[in-house]
Amino acid sequence: MKEQISIEKVCMIAGKIMLVSGAETHRVEDTMNRIAMANGIANPQSYATPTGINFSVDIATTTNSLRIIKRSTDLHKIAEVNDVSRNISAGKITLSEAFHKLQVIDREHATYPAWIQILTAALASGCFMMMFGGTWFDFLPTAIAGALGFIAMLVFDRLIEIRFLAEFFGAFVIGASAFLFVSLGFGKLMDMIIIGAVMPLVPGLPITNATRELMSGHFISGISKGVEALLTAFAIGAGVAIIFAFV
Amino acid sequence: MIITQMITSFIASAGFGIIFNAPRNALVQCGTIGMLGWILYYTLAERGLDVVPATIFAAMLVAILSQICAKYYKMPIIIFNVSGIIPLVPGGVAYNAMRNFVENDYFTAVQLSAQVMLLAGGIAIGLMFSEVVNQITKKAGALGR
Repeated sequence: MKEQISIEKVCMIAGKIMLVSGAETHRVEDTMNRIAMANGIANPQSYATPTGINFSVDIATTTNSLRIIKRSTDLHKIAEVNDVSRNISAGKITLSEAFHKLQVIDREHATYPAWIQILTAALASGCFMMMFGGTWFDFLPTAIAGALGFIAMLVFDRLIEIRFLAEFFGAFVIGASAFLFVSLGFGKLMDMIIIGAVMPLVPGLPITNATRELMSGHFISGISKGVEALLTAFAIGAGVAIIFAFV
Repeated sequence: MIITQMITSFIASAGFGIIFNAPRNALVQCGTIGMLGWILYYTLAERGLDVVPATIFAAMLVAILSQICAKYYKMPIIIFNVSGIIPLVPGGVAYNAMRNFVENDYFTAVQLSAQVMLLAGGIAIGLMFSEVVNQITKKAGALGR
């Protein structure tokens, strides 16, 4: 009996880390089932949505549930959990070793410090502006606007609990700085600057993930991710639109 | 001109790898996959193909390359997928749609939103396609044995 409890615990923590890091729900369910099956559970039942996990080792046994509150994208953690699950399947590590490893992964901080992320957000903003057909003249203003918007989003994300408001303020800062740059003559095409700078905030991943989940039959997670993407897009649009209201 | 597109799409994709906290040793692959996908999309769109089929083909290429990388480097495919498709994601169109909604120009806004839906669906179809091919080759291999 004691063994079973720890199987469930390992599955739950693996699923939790993956969901919090932004993995698709079918991948989460697949990983949990694999870990359980590698430990001799014939019929594991897992059900993951973006906001919670249910798992039981068989039909009609105790069901474990776990609530997911905050989500972000952390591909590094997904890769590490994947490694652990591979090792469990191959029989290389025991369950308790896996559990400790997963706990370490859960507590890990982001791979890159904030300033590197801000710097890359700036670079990516400038590059996106070029890809969408902008000119090199606007590169620097786009990069600066993108960096300011990203900083604003990170800061507001820590200050307020509501993620959409953080994105709203990030977009607002981008719009304001783009307007400022253009009126100062530092930038030329305001639309291009805004589109490039807004890209690091745009919910490209949820939009695509939502469509994929819907196509593979995970309707609840598909729809909830789609709504998340829609709200984020709306927050960004509204943040930028405030600037247009005053121009 | 194409050189500029190559460099900028490489940096943008690898940059998104960093924003998404991808493992350090996967960043160059992420950038390369994103670059190849974007170049395919860009050349197809330049030759006059509609953006939706161009996106589907580019997403297929991204998915196939990601699958190869995932197998070779033994990492989950999502790492390569996500940064690879970022250049294809209709962020600019989505932004324009939202801007038109907020500016009360619903006619344009609905048109652009429909395009966003189609483009997102196109990316999903492209990603699914390579998965289907992968499953079929796996199952065909198992049958052959």
